[in-house]
Amino acid sequence: MNRATLILLGLLLVAVPLSLLAGRVWIDPANTPNAALILAELRLPRAVLAVVIGAGLGAAGAAMQGYLRNPLADPGLFGIAPGAALGAVASFWLGYQAPGSFFGTWALPLMALVGAGGAMALLALIAGRTGGIALFTLAGLMIASLAGTLTSLAISMAPNAFAMSEIVSWLMGALTDRSWRDVWVAAPLTAAGIGLLALLGRDLDALILGDAAARSLGMDERRVLWLLIGGIGLTVGSGVAVAGIIGFVGLIVPHLVRPLTDRRPSQLILPSALAGALLVLVADSLVRILPLVTELRLGIALSLIGAPFFLWLLLRMRRGTGGWLA
Amino acid sequence: MTLAADRLTLPKRLDSVSLELEPGCITAICGPNGAGKSSLLQVLAGLLDPASGTVLLEGEPMAALSPRERAKRIGYLPQDPVVAWDVAVRSLIALGRLPHRDRGTQQVQAALAMLELQRLADRPVSQLSGGERARALLARVVAGEPQWLLADEPLAALDLRHRMEIVGHLKRLSAAGVGVVLVVHDLDLARNHADHVIVLDRGRLAASAAPDEALSSETINRVWQVRGEWHGPPGKQAFALAG
Repeated sequence: MNRATLILLGLLLVAVPLSLLAGRVWIDPANTPNAALILAELRLPRAVLAVVIGAGLGAAGAAMQGYLRNPLADPGLFGIAPGAALGAVASFWLGYQAPGSFFGTWALPLMALVGAGGAMALLALIAGRTGGIALFTLAGLMIASLAGTLTSLAISMAPNAFAMSEIVSWLMGALTDRSWRDVWVAAPLTAAGIGLLALLGRDLDALILGDAAARSLGMDERRVLWLLIGGIGLTVGSGVAVAGIIGFVGLIVPHLVRPLTDRRPSQLILPSALAGALLVLVADSLVRILPLVTELRLGIALSLIGAPFFLWLLLRMRRGTGGWLA
Repeated sequence: MTLAADRLTLPKRLDSVSLELEPGCITAICGPNGAGKSSLLQVLAGLLDPASGTVLLEGEPMAALSPRERAKRIGYLPQDPVVAWDVAVRSLIALGRLPHRDRGTQQVQAALAMLELQRLADRPVSQLSGGERARALLARVVAGEPQWLLADEPLAALDLRHRMEIVGHLKRLSAAGVGVVLVVHDLDLARNHADHVIVLDRGRLAASAAPDEALSSETINRVWQVRGEWHGPPGKQAFALAG
């Protein structure tokens, strides 16, 4: 366990109990009425979900940046998040969101997972045989673009205004009103995904030296590709399935963690999972505390943090203060 | 312990190339641009599958080896090597141990010592000079303790002094029993420092012999389509173009 893992684990252990108490109404376990119920049924599943989704996005971002050897890479690049979003939007559009029915309960996460799976399968079909990084990235971008277009089409053809607003607000990403059911959907899949990404450590280290040298060090390109598609698909797909699109976490987190490590990609995956968990948990606590009329959507809040961070990265790169290598 | 190729063919790049390389010596692969030098090196390293023909490592077909087993025996230094993240020199060198799945502290230390990098062990790669970087990248291969070291123009980007420094290290490696195979553009260097020279001409084997014979003035004039001859005493010869 490296230094970064220890520091982040410590911070997370402090942040989880704090986030349980934080909100528009601060909970005092001794005095707040129904404190136990609120904690167990509302705050705890929400906090666990924030940790799960953040961990998945953080690990996926670290693996993506390691694989593409590019500090600006983000798991969204592969089209898996847009694919999952398309699945979710289709479930709204098909009217399966009727509360109480079986479909009402499970249609959205299931169809989002089907969407993520479809994007993964398409990616593997196009780029899986040769395993070239350029083809892989381009295929991912095209899938993202196609899924985005189809999502827009589904929104524009929504059966009524209510469905449209429902879809649009869901796409913004949030953890409001999530229950243990969502945790049971996302947690096992995310854990499996992080497990697959962790298996990539050695190969991502070898890729520091470029494609040819990595292969000369015994890297099996196709194994790497399958692990990456599986890992990113499970982490990002399950995240979108329960919380909508939450951007920028995968991009930012590896940059925050990298200076705490020796900069080898293998050393970055687990700490990035922890840092992602911490970031989403803190951001979700903040959107609850902010005194706004309606709660700020988590996806929007993270983009508001993420976009300026991205700009700062670009400026640092332009000044040449170790941008690409930082 | 030989590395041999039997009728290697790759469309438009290699045409039925057969050769046998001995360990413990430096083999230079020479030829004009587009002669197939890098392709041959990559096929010998197991990174490129030939359309037909086989590579034999100690009599065993290379294709039968797992990527990891092959990686333990053959170290490969690509042309224009990249270092994607700004790792410390020690971490860079330790990458050579990846096929062995160990930390290889001892081997990394030995590689640092051999290439005189101890002082720079904890420095980030971005802060190295060109010569130091070339040494660190060579040390990465050395740390893997391969039986064969295949390098694609390892000297191209180096100035004269650093070039001779790396040649010195390669000679020491070959004296220790490693088979060193280099793609080289510099004919003077190949003639004066290699033990064996392979000349490729448009994908075909034009010569495979001791340097004096493989890089005779006649062969150079024919393959490179120039006119010139060798001058100077043995070991310090230079090829000068006529006129």
